[in-house]
Amino acid sequence: MDSQEIGKHPVVQKLKSWDGQSVADVIEFRGETTVIVPAAQILRVCQFLATESSLRFTFLSDLTPVDRFPLEPRFELNYHLLSIENKQRVRLRVKLPGKDPAIPSVTPVWPTANWHEREAFDLFGIRFPGHPDLTRILMPDEWEGYPLRKDYPTEGIR
Amino acid sequence: MPEPYTLSHATIETAAGPAEPMVLNMGPQHPSTHGVLRVILELDGEIVLKAKPVIGYLHTGIEKSCESKTYSQCITLTDRIDYLAPLSNNLGFCLAAEKLIGIDVPKRAQYIRVLLTELTRVSSHLVWLGTHAIDLGAMSVFLYCFREREEIMKIYEYVSGQRMMTSYFRIGGLALEPPPGWLDKVKRVIDAMPGHIDEYEDLLTENRIWIGRTKGIGMLSAENAIAIGASGPLLRASGVAYDVRKAFPYSSYDEFDFNVQTANGCDCYARYQVRVAEMRESLKIIRQAMDRIPAQGPFRAELPGIIPPSREEMKTSIEGLIYHFKIFTEGFAPPAGEVYQAIESPRGELGVFMASDGSPRPYRVKFRTPSFINLQSLPMLCEGRLIADVVACIGTTDIVLGEVDR
Repeated sequence: MDSQEIGKHPVVQKLKSWDGQSVADVIEFRGETTVIVPAAQILRVCQFLATESSLRFTFLSDLTPVDRFPLEPRFELNYHLLSIENKQRVRLRVKLPGKDPAIPSVTPVWPTANWHEREAFDLFGIRFPGHPDLTRILMPDEWEGYPLRKDYPTEGIR
Repeated sequence: MPEPYTLSHATIETAAGPAEPMVLNMGPQHPSTHGVLRVILELDGEIVLKAKPVIGYLHTGIEKSCESKTYSQCITLTDRIDYLAPLSNNLGFCLAAEKLIGIDVPKRAQYIRVLLTELTRVSSHLVWLGTHAIDLGAMSVFLYCFREREEIMKIYEYVSGQRMMTSYFRIGGLALEPPPGWLDKVKRVIDAMPGHIDEYEDLLTENRIWIGRTKGIGMLSAENAIAIGASGPLLRASGVAYDVRKAFPYSSYDEFDFNVQTANGCDCYARYQVRVAEMRESLKIIRQAMDRIPAQGPFRAELPGIIPPSREEMKTSIEGLIYHFKIFTEGFAPPAGEVYQAIESPRGELGVFMASDGSPRPYRVKFRTPSFINLQSLPMLCEGRLIADVVACIGTTDIVLGEVDR
């Protein structure tokens, strides 16, 4: 797909016409659109996508980080948005540094993000300022380290 | 470091003056929690003020394990995520990998996949119905449901060699040709099923105790269900007709004629209605699939270097032997990129996010499991209700703890 067609996805066009600063890049792969959003903009962008009457991305399907260690910025955070009414999906992605990764919580937009963000905190050590209860969810409370990071050995730390 | 659990409601007014709410620990070892779920309940007498699910007791790090296995090896792990619907998990993973690589699966394999995953839905709903009923005191329904489920397990065993951890779907198609006569066995089961479902409905649908324990209990409005990310029957019982099979058809579901079952009750009873109706709908799909499955044809795609060659080819041609050896020792490398593939598992939207860096092992696999998200609605369902209703509310979300904790 050439670069002209990439920008034609309705979500990308809406976002660009709303605020040019909100779209850093767009990736098309296997028919899925990924919009790369500057980390500082994420809450605004999510609020816009969830409430804009022609888009209505009211459902957050999934939120998951990917650790690109040792690259920098180290973490990618993927938000999988779903619009039930328009039968449309889009993926937002923000990039976070390896040192103290933190990004505003999207729980004010989608309450379902609560456990997703707790999981990301638990397994990757990403902090979400504004989260109502950012505690470990799958690992024991006293666990040390973040198991899904790439520098955490698969067999665990002994 | 997380803070220790603290009471949220300071005091309750009683005739004798202010009093502390009672904290009751339910689980993790409790028969009604369907596994190892712990719920911390704050009670005012028998009224639940606050419910906090505590999970992670079955966390086995499946996503981490996937990162050190080849794509084909990961399939065996997916069975163990949701052990009541292993084939749905196989399907989700295989579809994601196929999307990543760009494989077209032969129609015959697609229809067989549809048939078996719908059978899985019936068997999973049977376990749900049986255990939910036994939680609420209806012993006989449990025995009937497990009787019928056993017949479906026998089909799994006949087709794949395994009763539970089937790993029958592989990237590109199926593991092996289904044995002769398997469709007759399927037919025998689905011919008997409508009568059995009537039997359960006779026992429950107009049963006064059943209605008393489920109607108006565990209310979840459509707005709340969407906000909390609920999917599957939990969402559809709140009147939202979202079904991945219709909204984003995969594996040729768009060729089948079926309806998305919804109910407007928003309560436990509505979820019961939706699941029972879904079983009947699944039988309809299975019947259509049986008519469509061609008797002959490939059961997996052909793609040298990625999909294993047939047994015959492996033994007779040198290329076949080399490909076979390479696929099972070092695996295959899909192009770098990320995909998200959702399917409708019996519990809701099962999403598989797969990131590849161009190596033979997935760089990251994330399972968006419906149980994990649906369980988040538990406080909404049971706060303000009686403690006995907590059992009904846990049952009605249809969680599988293996899937919650992964």
